[in-house]
Amino acid sequence: MEATALKDIILKDKHIALGAKMVPFAGFTMPLQYTGLTDEHLNVRNNVGVFDVSHMGEFMVSGEGALDLIQRITSNDAAVLTPGKVQYSCFPNYDGGIVDDLLVYMLAKDNYMLVVNGANIDKDWEWVVRHNSNNVSIENISDRISLLAVQGPNAQKMLQPLTNMSLDMTYYTVQQGTFAGVEDVIISSTGYTGAGGFEVYFHNKDAEKIWDAIQEAGKAVDMKMAGLACRDTLRLEMGFCLYGNDINDTTSPIEAGLGWITKFTKDFVNVDYLKKQKEEGVARKLVGFELIERGIPRQHYQIVDAEGNVIGEVTSGTQSPSLNKAIGMGYVATPFAKVDSDIYILIRDKKVKANVVKMPFYKG
Amino acid sequence: MNVPANLKYTKDHEWCKIEGNVATIGITDFAQGELGDIVYVEIETEGDDLEREAIFGTVEAVKTVSDLFMPLSGKVIEVNGDLESAPESVNQNPYEGGWMIKIEMSNPDEANELLSADDYKAIIG
Repeated sequence: MEATALKDIILKDKHIALGAKMVPFAGFTMPLQYTGLTDEHLNVRNNVGVFDVSHMGEFMVSGEGALDLIQRITSNDAAVLTPGKVQYSCFPNYDGGIVDDLLVYMLAKDNYMLVVNGANIDKDWEWVVRHNSNNVSIENISDRISLLAVQGPNAQKMLQPLTNMSLDMTYYTVQQGTFAGVEDVIISSTGYTGAGGFEVYFHNKDAEKIWDAIQEAGKAVDMKMAGLACRDTLRLEMGFCLYGNDINDTTSPIEAGLGWITKFTKDFVNVDYLKKQKEEGVARKLVGFELIERGIPRQHYQIVDAEGNVIGEVTSGTQSPSLNKAIGMGYVATPFAKVDSDIYILIRDKKVKANVVKMPFYKG
Repeated sequence: MNVPANLKYTKDHEWCKIEGNVATIGITDFAQGELGDIVYVEIETEGDDLEREAIFGTVEAVKTVSDLFMPLSGKVIEVNGDLESAPESVNQNPYEGGWMIKIEMSNPDEANELLSADDYKAIIG
């Protein structure tokens, strides 16, 4: 077997010094957990936790034609953005699937940042380059940028002392300025936890300074570091899709319940097919479910009906640390997608009863 | 890493405490640490005669699920019912309150093939 070289995030040694369990993820060596998943999870929900998510990719798109390029390759309508606004979107492919999901940051007029999943940086970059027929200025700065997500109800209280920018920010907005004495820091009121908070983007050369400031500021509020393991349980409690689990190259945004980021007011890759799906309906849909009987759903477990016929597959599942319930997401045949439908998860050849519920699972 | 000297071990990270013809079985401190927060221990083999290496149950952590293997052949004579309501005992106290089953050994000679604490320490590094 050929060994693939793992990349290092710039703050790797800091995490190891804190006792993080490090694992390969998305081509990087990443912190999975520090004190323990449940402890970190609840601390993010109830207080504030810091995630190093520097594996994420950042592409700058700027100059004349920037919006035009973004409009052609993403499903959401970026024309509604104004400077300082952020938007969730996806890159549809030509086969009815999704290349990746992403955030579109409008930093200024004709100046955008696309934030993509770490595991998909190369694939996404090729996709953007391939569609850049109008020669817009694009740059992949992923290797030079680090990203810390400061998440939880006390995130603002913790970070405000580090900057003159007001962090009293509306959800999904962004600003650029001086943070912890470092210039050119991008801070957005975004995240993947549903707990509120910020994502802080900075140059690798400034990483140590930002890290030290964040650790120091964290002391006043009992901040705890948080790993990728609880990032996954937090996002699942919110019903947020994870690329590679709940969405991929073969799932359409309409099937995945991402119709709200698929806007037919503009032209984009595969728009006709998706429009047809929206109008005529789809054969399967992504749903959230809670287990009624004991067990925990896991990715790739089969979903069956009362008679045992296979009607779908689990894409994500866990025991929810906030709710103390087994929850999951999966695709089911459309007749079973309605809230309150009875479905069964096949766990070690046993039918375990579950109920389709409205997401988010965690309602705060 | 806690590896009590008076217990025997397997490469599957289980421990056995042998008293006469009865063996008490659980998973090691190393195993619980690797699994993370354990939320459900499913053991439905009470009364069954099982061969060595057979699956006697399953342990579900938040992030992952792992099968439990018989370190020795025998009949499952008791299951730790406390784990039903307190599966976290396996994390907090893997060698005491976190025990999983007791078996009556059908081939006690197999016990000679289990690992000593030192052998097991060498495996987990």
